[in-house]
Amino acid sequence: MTEPRPVRVRVTHPRTDAVRIAPHRPAITELDEQTDLGEVYLTSLIRSQRRLALRVCAAVAVLLVGLALLGAWAGWFTRTSVLGVPLVWLALGLLVYPVLIGLAWWAVRGAERNEADFYELVRRR
Amino acid sequence: MSGTALAGSVAVGVVVAGTLVAGSVGVRRARTTGDFYVASRSVSPRRNAAAIGGEYLSAASFLGIAGLILAYGVDMIWYPVCYTAGYLVLLAVAAAPLRRSGAYTLPDFAQTRLRSPAVRTASSVLVVLIGWLYLVPQLQGAGLTLRAQTGAPHWLGGLVVCCVVVTAVVMGGMRSITFAQALQFWLKFLALLVPALVLLGVWLHRGDTLGGGHPTAEQRVSVQVPGSETVRVPVAETLRVRGSVDGHPVDGPVALTAGEHRLGVDTTVTLARGDVIPVVSRLPAQTTASWRAPLGSGVEHPLYATLSLILAICLGTMGLPHVLVRFYTNPDGRDARRTTLVVLALLSAFYVLPAVLGALGRRYTPDLLLTGNTDATVLTLPERMLPGTPGVLLGGLVTAGAFAAFLSTASGLSVSVAGVLSQDVRHLRNRLRGRGTTDPRAERIRGFRVAAVVAIAVPYLASLPNPQLGVATAVGLAFAVAASTFCPLLVLGVWWRRLTPPGALVGLVVGGSLATAAVLVQVLGGAVDGWPGALLDQPAAWAVPLTFVVMVVGSLLTPHHVPVSVRAIMLRLHAPELLAAERDPV
Repeated sequence: MTEPRPVRVRVTHPRTDAVRIAPHRPAITELDEQTDLGEVYLTSLIRSQRRLALRVCAAVAVLLVGLALLGAWAGWFTRTSVLGVPLVWLALGLLVYPVLIGLAWWAVRGAERNEADFYELVRRR
Repeated sequence: MSGTALAGSVAVGVVVAGTLVAGSVGVRRARTTGDFYVASRSVSPRRNAAAIGGEYLSAASFLGIAGLILAYGVDMIWYPVCYTAGYLVLLAVAAAPLRRSGAYTLPDFAQTRLRSPAVRTASSVLVVLIGWLYLVPQLQGAGLTLRAQTGAPHWLGGLVVCCVVVTAVVMGGMRSITFAQALQFWLKFLALLVPALVLLGVWLHRGDTLGGGHPTAEQRVSVQVPGSETVRVPVAETLRVRGSVDGHPVDGPVALTAGEHRLGVDTTVTLARGDVIPVVSRLPAQTTASWRAPLGSGVEHPLYATLSLILAICLGTMGLPHVLVRFYTNPDGRDARRTTLVVLALLSAFYVLPAVLGALGRRYTPDLLLTGNTDATVLTLPERMLPGTPGVLLGGLVTAGAFAAFLSTASGLSVSVAGVLSQDVRHLRNRLRGRGTTDPRAERIRGFRVAAVVAIAVPYLASLPNPQLGVATAVGLAFAVAASTFCPLLVLGVWWRRLTPPGALVGLVVGGSLATAAVLVQVLGGAVDGWPGALLDQPAAWAVPLTFVVMVVGSLLTPHHVPVSVRAIMLRLHAPELLAAERDPV
């Protein structure tokens, strides 16, 4: 191989405040072109969303299974009455719903926050 | 015609007319195939939330739960709690990705995600199966309501629902139905809220209590047993009976010993105030004290039954065809999530009511235990507690709400089943003829209309025999099948890249056939004792984990079958809309 020797170039800072028009590769391109870097971004998003989904489902399970087990095993839970209504009826018939709505609100906010974080990450590059 | 029959007929007429008018408002705008299937995805989140709620609150919610609570007690409050929690699981696990997948139906999702015609076909079969399992109790509930309120023959109510649904669907498809359903949600809510508040007021005013013993008749009431029934008499009691008891013809007071007795066909039992009610043998004859406590209903292995029910409903919701198709009417994934949050709030407000009415039923309509027709609790209660015109009017309101429930759920399910039937039958026919899949639009819409008729005619015929299961129990079975098939497919499809078509297919077949077999044993075979009976009654607790394991193991054994497009699809399912907006600046 007898390549011509490259000409020596001096590299300097452009000394300007203007934004450089370097060949910028936004992360969206990485995602679209399915490069390994894009894969890393996507994996991190899916992982964070999956973690949130698992947490919400775990909270639902703890709430519902917990109430079922309390009903089965905790005597005080089945014997207590509030204003003439048994606590079990009150808990399952009424009080459980605000908790479910709260969990749903958490799920929506968490998912939107994860997406906003991902968007920021992708945009910033 | 009595006042009740008149009020009932007027109520049904108004709801039917209202549905058709709302449908014809939509029809002028329904012009594309997209309108027919998913209202062109242009429904605002608020109205869509009311429409989802309207579609979801079925006969099981409106009539069934209160009846189950009257018969079994506090354990049955798990139904409404889990109907609501199921939406939360759906929200957390699948709402946004499903919308972003851009598919019309569940089989579409399966094909988009896995690129496999076989998985698509399996999903289509399951959608139709689950849809029909769910439609049968709706139509039975319609027959029951119309008979209870107007004395019409039992096949008429279902027929009315079928005709209205077919007319609305044929006219306008999904667009007309979205509008009608948002209205029907509010109708259903008011139709339980007003009676619940009024009757609670009556209860407090009278200062009545439930007591702790066996339920007794509140007032003199005659009960006709339609077929021959075995009833359990909790304590020895003398009742006026006309007909036959234990094979002997009787007419007058009969001293019944505690234990089981056989009542002949068309026997009439007249209960006086304070008489202890005999209970049909398939329902528990329990004291109100044990009725009030958890796990007191006398079902075998009650804790297992409760936990399995929780699992079935929480995970089954995401696999119901009419629930999923609604998500595609949201503008985007973010709206899909927000809509679900609103739905959850609407459902929470609604589901407080059946428990109240069921508990009141224990005091004022316990004679329903004698026939086992406890699904009529909500319908019977107003007249029992409020004699005269106010009771009749409230009864009419409840009838209207009940019909709204049958119509909305039945039309939602018919649209979903018809969508799947028409698409897949067309695909199949085109493949046989060796044509492409681009039919003229007119032919596609015609195919959809024909499919809508088939979609509701089959379950109507299946609903005609006398029902053995309560409405809510039958719906519970549909949930169990959905939980054992589509839940694993959706969860793994959305969150796990290594899912393969062979793994998914084996999982669907195994989960679907086991859960369906358990359902068939329960519907056709009758009671099985001990643990096998408990496991068959509530198949979700073993069938759902089993399906997950089969899908995961099957996929890990066939790693080279992972679709090549998986990365692009995962991007589509999970990438936020913000990004999509940026990517397509043109």
